Amino acid sequence: MSSYELWKELMRSGDSSVTALQRAYVYFYQAFIENNRWQQYLNGVLTTLWVTAAALVLGIILGVIVAVIRTAHDQQRPGQRNPLLGICNFILKIYVTVIRGTPMMVQLMIMGFVIFASSRSFALVGALTLGINSGAYVSEIIRGGLMAVDGGQMEAGRSLGLNYADTMRFIIVPQAVKAILPALGNEFIVLLKDTSLISVIGGKELLYAARGVVSRTYEAMYPFLGTALIYLVLVMIFTWLLGIFERRLRQSDRR
Amino acid sequence: MIDVKNLSKSFGDHLVLDNISEHIHPGEKVVIIGPSGSGKSTFLRCLNLLEIPTKGSITFDGVDITDPKVNIDGIRRQMGMVFQHFNLFPNMTIRKNITLAPVWTGLMKQAEADEAAESLLRRVGLEDKAEAYPAQLSGGQKQRIAIVRAMAMKPKLMLFDEPTSALDPEMVGEVLDVMRELADEGMTMVVVTHEMGFAREVGTRVLFMADGIVMEQNTPSELFGNPKCERLRGFLAKVL
Repeated sequence: MSSYELWKELMRSGDSSVTALQRAYVYFYQAFIENNRWQQYLNGVLTTLWVTAAALVLGIILGVIVAVIRTAHDQQRPGQRNPLLGICNFILKIYVTVIRGTPMMVQLMIMGFVIFASSRSFALVGALTLGINSGAYVSEIIRGGLMAVDGGQMEAGRSLGLNYADTMRFIIVPQAVKAILPALGNEFIVLLKDTSLISVIGGKELLYAARGVVSRTYEAMYPFLGTALIYLVLVMIFTWLLGIFERRLRQSDRR
Repeated sequence: MIDVKNLSKSFGDHLVLDNISEHIHPGEKVVIIGPSGSGKSTFLRCLNLLEIPTKGSITFDGVDITDPKVNIDGIRRQMGMVFQHFNLFPNMTIRKNITLAPVWTGLMKQAEADEAAESLLRRVGLEDKAEAYPAQLSGGQKQRIAIVRAMAMKPKLMLFDEPTSALDPEMVGEVLDVMRELADEGMTMVVVTHEMGFAREVGTRVLFMADGIVMEQNTPSELFGNPKCERLRGFLAKVL
């Protein structure tokens, strides 16, 4: 009989000779090691990571498209407005307003239980919802960055005969990206943590795994503390990577 | 070369340019002076359509560039512009600043553009700055690079919008020297400036603008030596 089983037995029978440390060991063992439960957390983390990555990519793609179209619309010369751009801008404004104006949780439930009610790929639906949600926020961050670049830069690019798209691509966007990286990093950290919400529509990510263990063992503390710790470590790794990237972009600032 | 007919520009209710007609001939060095708010920068910026005229037409080499169907990028490639605040691209090295436009507009291959950039940099004495970033340069150096960047497109004419107004006094000379050299080579130039010495020395014609119109124009010696209208006399008394 292992010490875990021995102490657990003693605790169950109400033996007061079990020390606090022994108790902690029992709970820890039960939460992470018994029945190879760590594999459930690991699978949860993997799901969390790929959902984050998928939502991130979708969010950036949507965000860039929305930001560029809306900025192009705003930068049109008065009297030379393109009606197609006007319609696109109007639709995108509704998208941003609706996404930013409703709670993430409600959006997940609508996507999971209404629009994709028949789908069994819960994590995929979750990633899609998170991506669409993130796109709205990212687009506003990027739009802010594009507008913050000095107007003289666009004029200089255009005066050299570069067209609008090339000026954006080579001159405006690289400067905007550098300026918005901290805000973007913040958004991605929020996104990583928001993946925990997809457990409400059945996405088997990290929190889902922890809740599974809690309902099995009737012990909440270690699974949830462990989950918090794992999220913290993931975010810290992410922040570190972002810092490296920022330093590389700051190259042109050196004097 | 450039024919401006009945050009008007207003920002909202504010009329900045009031029915200006002017002609700029090849090889001319036209210097525009006048008090601030007189519309001289706006006039210059209309010439390459950074400002869209409210009324009137601008013809460049026989093409009406105010026509919305005209490829304005193609027109701008033939007109260099230098700004008051340099507007170098801070995210690129000096070499990239200079070669970006020639390469991406298809004027030159990268190797060819690099070579051109090098010889241009040598002309302004900044050949050792090719791999530097704009933040590492002084104002005078930045403006010389900005001139070189515009020159790399091999333009037919150069527009200067107060090129020395944002510089420390001791750096004005080095920029004017480059412009003087350019003038000597026969480049057509339109210069908005407050440097009266430069206007007198380099200009072939000086326009005095005030209240959105060209109030007086003449050769530099006549305009400075024998000003006719009251506004110009008052202006010159203040700046000379």
